[in-house]
Amino acid sequence: MNIKHVQALALIILTVALSNSLHAQDAGNGVQKFMAEPLEIHGNFSARGQYYQEDSAIGAPDVPEQFLMNGFANVIVTKGAFSAGVRYESYRNPILGFDQRYKGSGFPYRYVQFSQHGLDVTAGNFYEQFGTGLLLRSYEERDLGVDNAFDGIRVKYSTKFGVYLKGLIGKQRYFFDLGPGIVRGVDGLVNLNEAFGALKSSKFKVKIGGSFVSKYQEDNNPNYKLPENVASYSGRLNLSYKGFGFLGEYAYKMNDPSADNEYIYKDGAAMYLSGTYSRKGLGIVLSAKSIDNMSYRSDREEGLNNLLINFNPALTKQHTYNLAATLYPYASQLTGEVAYQGDIVYKIKRKTPLGGKYGTTIFINVSKAFGLDSTHLNDENAARQGYEANFFKPGQQEYYQDINISLERKIVKWLKLKAMYMNLMANNDILRYGGINGSWSGKIYADIAVLDMTFKLKPKHSIRAEIQGLWSQQDMGDWATFIVEYTFSPNWFVAVMDQFNYGNPVHVNRIHYPYATFGYTHKANRISIGYGRQKAGLFCVGGVCRVVPASNGLTISVTSSF
Amino acid sequence: MRSIIVVIGALLISSISFGQESKGSTIPAVEIVNMDGDKFNTSQLNNDGKPMIINFWATWCSPCKRELNNIAELYDDWIDETGVKIVAISIDDARNMQKVRPYVDGQAWDYEVYIDMNADFKRQLGVNNVPHTFLVDGNGKIVWQHNSYSEGDEYELYELVKKLAAGESIK
Repeated sequence: MNIKHVQALALIILTVALSNSLHAQDAGNGVQKFMAEPLEIHGNFSARGQYYQEDSAIGAPDVPEQFLMNGFANVIVTKGAFSAGVRYESYRNPILGFDQRYKGSGFPYRYVQFSQHGLDVTAGNFYEQFGTGLLLRSYEERDLGVDNAFDGIRVKYSTKFGVYLKGLIGKQRYFFDLGPGIVRGVDGLVNLNEAFGALKSSKFKVKIGGSFVSKYQEDNNPNYKLPENVASYSGRLNLSYKGFGFLGEYAYKMNDPSADNEYIYKDGAAMYLSGTYSRKGLGIVLSAKSIDNMSYRSDREEGLNNLLINFNPALTKQHTYNLAATLYPYASQLTGEVAYQGDIVYKIKRKTPLGGKYGTTIFINVSKAFGLDSTHLNDENAARQGYEANFFKPGQQEYYQDINISLERKIVKWLKLKAMYMNLMANNDILRYGGINGSWSGKIYADIAVLDMTFKLKPKHSIRAEIQGLWSQQDMGDWATFIVEYTFSPNWFVAVMDQFNYGNPVHVNRIHYPYATFGYTHKANRISIGYGRQKAGLFCVGGVCRVVPASNGLTISVTSSF
Repeated sequence: MRSIIVVIGALLISSISFGQESKGSTIPAVEIVNMDGDKFNTSQLNNDGKPMIINFWATWCSPCKRELNNIAELYDDWIDETGVKIVAISIDDARNMQKVRPYVDGQAWDYEVYIDMNADFKRQLGVNNVPHTFLVDGNGKIVWQHNSYSEGDEYELYELVKKLAAGESIK
């Protein structure tokens, strides 16, 4: 925690606040206008505390503190073109699954921002994304403990003729500290339809963008002579015509020896291509992606989600049903992969024989990921390239496959059904899930089926029930999950759930994970209390996952926005 | 600790000096994109003096999709009766943003949809998680907000929309 920064920000806020009560009669028009702007305050609060009980059956450890809690509050003050914000965070101590380096509290986020006539300046902390994030993205997933915010300066300039420019310099957040590397970046985007009068009303829309990013980190490695500056660049194209859309981005990175790539001097590259078509009642997406040696961090020695400069999410469906989402999800392999995905949404019209009275929606999603076709080079003492690869050519190793289909249909006014079938293959030699039986070697194949039913008892009372099954000959064998949720709009909900590993080949691991939650929502305040067992596994939000250890106990969560 | 007190003090003073401001807060100005990828500033969100709903959602969020699909069945009636407009802000990032338009069209939604790819608008409005709904009155002021969705919440929301359309204030 840096008290000086907070005090500086507090003084700025105080100055703005006091200035409101002054009447600057002899000041210029701009100042008067600024004084007349309303002062807006927004923010939010979140706290999650957990009381732990030791449970040797599921491997839940004894927690010496018994009770752990994560919490934060954001306050953002805006007055006209001026904005400032702070976030206080407290981890006393971090709840299980969070990195222990979060232990403590402080103000890791504070900024001031000013924007006027197309110019936007931020000093302090900020989140930024260039293009699709293939080269640079700083973002936060508070529930996962992911936060690689920049601390530095950012300038953005938007012209009136469709040209948008950004430049930034800073270091990235590393728990309550900053990483060692300095990141510098510029990004430009041209919207041709805004730039050229003749294209203004054209249905064919074109945007072209490009970025340049460089990081600096001192070389203090005793074994290798490492590049202290690592440059990278990218280009992107976004087209659309009526129902058709195309988005493509290519990124290239100069040699960047790191712990991730075992200190090889090979350059890196990544490419993302996506085409879409849609009209009322039909949507199609086809995407492809290739990554080659593209881990890019502001500390070459880091791992996990720490100090990443670029963002490479998995090209697979983000599932939400318990068994489909938490047991075997896919994560991008930054060292090398080739992935494809196809996704279709089709709505059969209402009042047709197939569609029924209210219509039926069909979702089909297929995704597949492979290792990159590459040849290992024995060049330890020479150029140290490590390997040669064919971009976009799948290698022998299959990493992942997910084929799933789901149907959504309202049967009658009081009953809605959703059914899903999924077939998956996850290569545990690469993805290393580490189930409760230890780590399975080889591929895991599974079939998953889900039935989700919503019964509307009265307009504001409903019961939702889920029955899920996962069948596999490998790893932990078969699972079933039952969920019943009762909601009384707009305030109350209660839910009970049991996840049961009934087919585990190891008999003592045929364990039930019962969990009950109760919650109250009023406007933007929400309180929930949960009690029971939680399985060790992957907890994912918005495309990023964190490993959560098994736990047993009471959880209290409070969130609020203002 | 002292610095926290200074911050709170500053906020209190500012609220006193601006206590007479009209009710509700304005929509913060943040750059997001429409489904074609064109930049759009959120300060331009408006519905010509009629009420407006701003709903934060994501393609991976089941309750969000339940809410917007349930409202979609009622939306034509809501527009006829109150002139309300729904603005759906997707917080899908690079993993799923290309799925937003196909999903929206596939479900035949008539909402005005934008993508807040790096959660900048979400952050400015203090949204913890999705779904989160804001209700904006005819003067462009945010007068109500709600987090999460339970079946039937749309009826409460619509009662409030009707009040706003009739020029009544809501608490």
